[in-house]
Amino acid sequence: MTRQLGIGWLAVPACLFALVIFALPLGLLLVESLRDASGWTLEGYRSFLASDYSWQVTGRTLRLALLTTAICLAIGYPAAFALAWSRGAWQALFIAALLLPLSLSVIVKAFGWTVLLRTNGVVNKLLMGSGLTDGPIRFIFTETGLLIGITNIFLPFMVLPIFSVIKQIDPRLTDAASTLGANPFYGFTRVIVPLTMPGVVAGVTLVFSMSIAAYVIPTLLMGDRYQTLSTTIATSFLYLQDPQRGSVAGVILLVLSLLVVGASVVLGRKMRAAP
Amino acid sequence: MIRTLGQVLAWFALIFSVVFLLAPLVVTIGVSLSPSPVFQMPDGTISWRWYERLVRLDGLMESVLLSLQVALFATIVSLVIGTMAAIAVVRGTFPGREAIATFLVSPLMLPGLVIGIAMLQYFRAFGLREALPSLLIAHIIVVLPFVMRTLTAGLSLFDFALLDAARTLGLSYPSAVLRVMVPVLAPSFITGGLFGFLASLDNYPISIFLTDVYHRTLPIQLLQYLGESPDPTVAAVSTLIIALTAVLLVIGDRMVGLNRMAGV
Repeated sequence: MTRQLGIGWLAVPACLFALVIFALPLGLLLVESLRDASGWTLEGYRSFLASDYSWQVTGRTLRLALLTTAICLAIGYPAAFALAWSRGAWQALFIAALLLPLSLSVIVKAFGWTVLLRTNGVVNKLLMGSGLTDGPIRFIFTETGLLIGITNIFLPFMVLPIFSVIKQIDPRLTDAASTLGANPFYGFTRVIVPLTMPGVVAGVTLVFSMSIAAYVIPTLLMGDRYQTLSTTIATSFLYLQDPQRGSVAGVILLVLSLLVVGASVVLGRKMRAAP
Repeated sequence: MIRTLGQVLAWFALIFSVVFLLAPLVVTIGVSLSPSPVFQMPDGTISWRWYERLVRLDGLMESVLLSLQVALFATIVSLVIGTMAAIAVVRGTFPGREAIATFLVSPLMLPGLVIGIAMLQYFRAFGLREALPSLLIAHIIVVLPFVMRTLTAGLSLFDFALLDAARTLGLSYPSAVLRVMVPVLAPSFITGGLFGFLASLDNYPISIFLTDVYHRTLPIQLLQYLGESPDPTVAAVSTLIIALTAVLLVIGDRMVGLNRMAGV
């Protein structure tokens, strides 16, 4: 009994710290979004929700996060399998290739992509050289360019959680499925895919919640006219001195992220209940 | 047939991912070695002029040192309190363990700008106006989720009977932890610490609200510099950080094996 209590106490410093430095400030921000000079009011939310522009910005933010997550999943899911099949030094090299990009600042990555994607850049030269396109494609300041840049940042956060689940799957399961007469496709979709779902949920949650809040990359690759919830928050606070609008946009972004976190917790619990 | 097709697809996706992820690194290293003052890959000749300029540039090295200092401090504190919390969550039997785990990982998944603004207003309200302590405190929140994630995963696979075995063999509890648990959990410490350290080093959305003129972290300085007078010095400093990380990865690989330290 005392020992269990003792172990529970170990969580106190981290919890207390996060409560005081992280949760309380967010709570106060929520309070601030509900107040103005005269007292309590929902005016901030009313005017935010009444404007078509705000809905546009929110829609664009969600669209960007969904597209980024979908692309990362489409590339990252199969890549995680190949990573789990690779052996020894090759696997270590592949993992290093996934980890090393995390050391390059997002800011510098964005500049790297402007060099790669410009009309006389490497990507256009490759595309034209291979005959896929006749003339150079304009990527800079387009949504395609933004998606390339943002996927590039978050892809490792999709591959690694899925990989760490796959490498724990017993390879004999596939053999068992085929011994029992399942064709490879059936065996894969009915046996392997469900087992990888915890990794998929972890990866999707991470990538979605990070890309919905992305600020630096959209600002650098698209400029000011491409407003997302994050850029709205930044401009409201840093340039427009309109803290209420910023707080409201902040709370809306916060709620969207909390929904994602909540959904992942519920899904994770379901998967543990029915493996 | 279907199986072969699937395997080809998977390998293609992996090779594509590796090339795609390394592309901006190759460009950055290339640009840093190019004699051209605009962002261009070197054509034939390489030059070290941007590395020489690096030390002379006002404020750049200061911001590198500040960022390293903040990231190191936040990582050490997070490793200590994060490990303690992870042990409590994995080993404890009290209610709400899962909620605590989610709570301590959540800063990673909540918008950085919102956290940054909330902290700014909160710190100001309590009279904390100095940039350095604000940054040191705030960055613990940046690093802690990574430590928490990897350590709860690592600890749930750790066999705690090993500790009892070590104590039966005459080790005290603290030295059993130090000599048995720490080595077994080394991959989690290294992965969580590295991810958190790099996230702190590159944090822009929280830091932007907490820095002042004398305390600019590296990302803030980089963005300002690129806005004012873009030249490949930025690529040179980034290349040095890539090289530092590569060294850390090699050390990590030698100590625990990269394939064991990949879980996020």
